[in-house]
Amino acid sequence: MATPMFRFDPVELPPEAQTLRMEVREFIKEHEHLMGFSKGEFNRDFSRAMGKKGWIGMTWPKQYGGHERSAFERYVIIEEMLVAGAPLSAHYTGDRQSGPSILRYGTEEQKQTFVPKLAAGELTFCIGMSEPNSGSDLAGTRTRAVKVDGGYKINGSKLWTSGAHRADYAIMFCKMAQEGQQDVDRHAGGTQFLLDLKAPGIDIRPVINLLGEHHFNEIFLTDVFVPDNRLLGKEGNGWNQVTGELAFERSAPDRFLVLFQMLREMIRMAGPNPDKATAAALGKLISQLGTLRNMSVSIAGMLQEGENPNNEAAVVKDLGTRYEQDIPVVARQLFQTEPELEAADLYASMIARSTMNAPRFSIQGGTREILRGIIARGLGLR
Amino acid sequence: MAIRDETRMLLETMGRLFEDKSTKKAVDAAETGVFAADLWQAVAETGVPLAALPESAGGADAEWEDLYYVLRVAGRFSAPIPLAETMLAGWVAASAGLDTVDGPMTVGPVRASDVLTVERDGNGWRLNGTASRLPYATNAQRIILIADGPDSEMAVALDGTGGAEVSPGKNIANEARDTLTFNNMRLEADNVRPLGDGVSRAGLYLRGALARAAMMSGAIENTLDLACTYAQQRVQFNRPISKFQAVQQNLAVLATQTAAAVAAANMGIMSLSKDLERQEFLIAMAKTRVGEAATLACEIGHQVHGAIGFTKEYALQLSTRRLWSWREEFGADPEWAAKVGSYFCGIGADELWPTLTAA
Repeated sequence: MATPMFRFDPVELPPEAQTLRMEVREFIKEHEHLMGFSKGEFNRDFSRAMGKKGWIGMTWPKQYGGHERSAFERYVIIEEMLVAGAPLSAHYTGDRQSGPSILRYGTEEQKQTFVPKLAAGELTFCIGMSEPNSGSDLAGTRTRAVKVDGGYKINGSKLWTSGAHRADYAIMFCKMAQEGQQDVDRHAGGTQFLLDLKAPGIDIRPVINLLGEHHFNEIFLTDVFVPDNRLLGKEGNGWNQVTGELAFERSAPDRFLVLFQMLREMIRMAGPNPDKATAAALGKLISQLGTLRNMSVSIAGMLQEGENPNNEAAVVKDLGTRYEQDIPVVARQLFQTEPELEAADLYASMIARSTMNAPRFSIQGGTREILRGIIARGLGLR
Repeated sequence: MAIRDETRMLLETMGRLFEDKSTKKAVDAAETGVFAADLWQAVAETGVPLAALPESAGGADAEWEDLYYVLRVAGRFSAPIPLAETMLAGWVAASAGLDTVDGPMTVGPVRASDVLTVERDGNGWRLNGTASRLPYATNAQRIILIADGPDSEMAVALDGTGGAEVSPGKNIANEARDTLTFNNMRLEADNVRPLGDGVSRAGLYLRGALARAAMMSGAIENTLDLACTYAQQRVQFNRPISKFQAVQQNLAVLATQTAAAVAAANMGIMSLSKDLERQEFLIAMAKTRVGEAATLACEIGHQVHGAIGFTKEYALQLSTRRLWSWREEFGADPEWAAKVGSYFCGIGADELWPTLTAA
């Protein structure tokens, strides 16, 4: 065939991953009171407990506090935690992308300083990419860094920064500029910094989402000083570094397991002998879920072999977000209720939360349109 | 785990064979009702149709998994031969100790609602009932059917359509789908045998559904390939249409559906090494998801092609007419979806995750 086909080889989880799964379920049972539905709870104690178990930074080198386990074992931890609704927010970004980025681009000192703490669940990272005028279009970044004696001075602002109000550090994407320069060239290379969010000149303000909850923030940076040793990678290489980071962000199963508990609740409501139409509607969703899992395990197989599943990850994210957005749509066709976020009725609150959260699934981590552009490029069309 | 080297080699060999022999010209000719004997001969010479049988029964003890991957390749090239049917006929026949032939075979019933019975008649048997829309029945040298016997399901071998009342039919890809009716048809004792372990009418239906899922995943791959190739050649507004974002977004969706179809079929194929209960729901999930992808793939494949894709001359329709046919065969996706839903509702909501994730 002339067209490049994306790779989804048949891959089975190895036995050690399945053994680990049982261990994770025990752990979840012990922490049952902390589990919830699709809230993205933040709990440093829980993250430390996971760190103690060795379940953060699982594939990282032991030398830096990692555990040198397989991509399959990491996959199992994440899917079990997501299905349970575990409070992962305090370490998830670090585990998924900040840690791998530092390991790949960081200096020896940075690796030793940050990675073991990330693996222990003691350090929370967030991602400073989006800005008021730079969402999907990262080239529009205006936050700028000026070289000064002993470091850099950063000015600008970031927007939609999830978890910044509770994070210790941000990986901040900036453009290099000259002193006094306000407008930076679209085509100038990006540069990443490991920014201590307690540094002077940083003002973090909440942006309340449509559920009335505080997840994302606006960050204002005024003459924030970053020492030389907190430059991540090379000046001007930020583009390449960020592309790798986004691939990590997209290859995780969190793009289709966030609403699992709602699917389970729908099955419970259907009862043991549903009519054919109800059974078919649920069966279609379950078949989509099973297929997405199969694809995700296949991607874990590629990661395990050291390959780059950039296109495949975009495929799974696009399909996964569609599936999750369909769940509340199917739910309201099968079981009608009036949605209420804090309702005593579990289903009414689930349908409220999932309906209101649904739009963000195909926006965060790369919009649907951007992902399809990546897929089109993978097909050789652009 | 991942695809083995020998499997990869087999698939490459079969890909070359189909590319060479299952050309548009050959498929067009077969659609006029002339059996693709050359293609069949070339495929038969590879030993693939009966490869899964034990060596004692003329096979090669091949892995079923590998043969389903071959069916994907056959589907990619719209191969107008009863390859899946012959494989499954061999499976049923060998289990019952019935002879197979090197020529094309078919197997049935392929419809859940058909009723077929055999009853004793002296030292022989009498066959009654209907096998509806049997694939390639009028092209088959031997037909293997599963009928209800006095105590258990029995395998029945017919030479050709062997005395049945034949009502020829075809699917919209012009593949023969013939209805055979049996009115007290006499069969010799040697042609009726109890099924072997692990073989049943329900199992045949399941494996038939998996075969169609595998073939459909190949036809969807071909649809994506044709659509991407065409979009890069066709110039409108002074640009190849592949440069338009609206077209790119459509092709990206087609690519995601293709990937899902391949992965879903793989999920079904991989279940063959698991227990029967897991095979049942995993293959049901596979046929459901591939059927969903087929519908979307046909829609987008045609949309990207514009008018040319709607012609007989252009090859796209070879794949899309097969997808529209195959998605309905051995149970349409809504039927399988209902089975998936009923199964998981039956075992209870709390068993969903443990069951999906069990080894």
